[in-house]
Amino acid sequence: MYPRAFRYHRAASLPEAVSMLTDLGEEARLLAGGQSLIPLMKLRLASPAHLVDLNFVPGLEYVRELGNELRVGALTRHAQIEESQEASRIPIVHDCAAGIADIQVRNRGTLGGSLAEADPTGDWAPVLLVLGTEVVCQGTGGERTVKLEDFLVDAFVTTLAPNELVKEIRIAKPPKKSGGAYIAAKRSAPVYASAGVAVQLTMEDSNVCREAGIALGAVGLTAIRPREAEQVLRGKAVDAKSIEAAAEAAMHAADPQSDMRGSAEYKRVLVRALVKRALDAALRRSRGERVEVSHLYA
Amino acid sequence: MPEELQMVPITVTVNGQRHSLSVEPRLLLVSLLRETLGLTGTHIGCDTTYCGACTVLLNGRSVKSCTVFAVQADQGEVRTVEGLAEDSKLHPVQQAFLESHGLQCGYCTPGFLMSVCQLLDKNPDPDEKAIRKGIAGNTCRCTGYQNIFKAIHAAAESMKGR
Repeated sequence: MYPRAFRYHRAASLPEAVSMLTDLGEEARLLAGGQSLIPLMKLRLASPAHLVDLNFVPGLEYVRELGNELRVGALTRHAQIEESQEASRIPIVHDCAAGIADIQVRNRGTLGGSLAEADPTGDWAPVLLVLGTEVVCQGTGGERTVKLEDFLVDAFVTTLAPNELVKEIRIAKPPKKSGGAYIAAKRSAPVYASAGVAVQLTMEDSNVCREAGIALGAVGLTAIRPREAEQVLRGKAVDAKSIEAAAEAAMHAADPQSDMRGSAEYKRVLVRALVKRALDAALRRSRGERVEVSHLYA
Repeated sequence: MPEELQMVPITVTVNGQRHSLSVEPRLLLVSLLRETLGLTGTHIGCDTTYCGACTVLLNGRSVKSCTVFAVQADQGEVRTVEGLAEDSKLHPVQQAFLESHGLQCGYCTPGFLMSVCQLLDKNPDPDEKAIRKGIAGNTCRCTGYQNIFKAIHAAAESMKGR
């Protein structure tokens, strides 16, 4: 399958990419890892007249710790995050990076591209929402920094202007006594998840929760924060009863659609099960236990 | 739509051989390999980034070559199944697939071989779980995978100390 013909523009720097996007107008798209865009173009669901290739811009692939932040360059591949020692110190980040699709896709797909695409089934949004994340965007007027919750507007819609791009992602490192986990369930590795659940628990002591963040992926137009489920845990003991109640509340907050990945009813029940598993793993991790978490294939 | 056909000059090293050519931007890496360079060992399966039959190594990392534009491989190094054997001596991964019957129809095999090369390069002694994860992006519809697992274990064993 061939995409429709397009004109190819190779940017040598971020300012050049921005000026190319400005000159070419809304008929242009950015090419990062291409793992979503190229299939869409081959299926002719997208036919941009121009592609601006970011892959030859140097210095956009990095994972660095800076103070209380993990800073990730927009063009960093999922596999590089999976392999990064710095990123793996935040277990939920490693859960996500190591579980996206398959190794071939993780070797190409980028964090910046994933967030900028804002696919409702994308894995990163729920994970980065519970951690607290800022997106550094570059446009004609320079840089601006946007909170991820404000960056993501709707399915496939962000606050990025047509001539603006993602430069860096800044992830807040969780405090001590904090543990998180991300679990997504899918039919097989290369397909989109049927549902994904990210949780991050920050504990007062080994039992009582100070702060709970939960986000649901693939069961709504954007990642959903089940506020009632978070409220159930905040300031309370995290035990079988409160976990059950939080899972129940999260299930009601989910807003899935029936599709080839399962009926809406199935996905709601799936969310309940995933919240329980993720909370269990997050709680154990908050106590310093090493818990291995991976995407589930069903 | 573009008024005239744009051709982009690229230089790609494939299996150690340098090629300088001009390509249409929409040319996919798999088509460059198969149609322009005649390296038909890399297969097109699903053509939708699912099955992994088209897997090659680009700059040492496995990619689905149906989902990479040839222009993106500019200045890069590509390794395909044709680059595995040396002087008609099969690569240990190929030898292991042969001996363990890790294939039936063989259509998916070039992609599997490249994924296994990547896996063993990163992890020379993978356990069952690592193997499953390493080949999760490759689909085989006839072996049932058991002999592929056997072949990968055998390949890892024979490559130890290399």
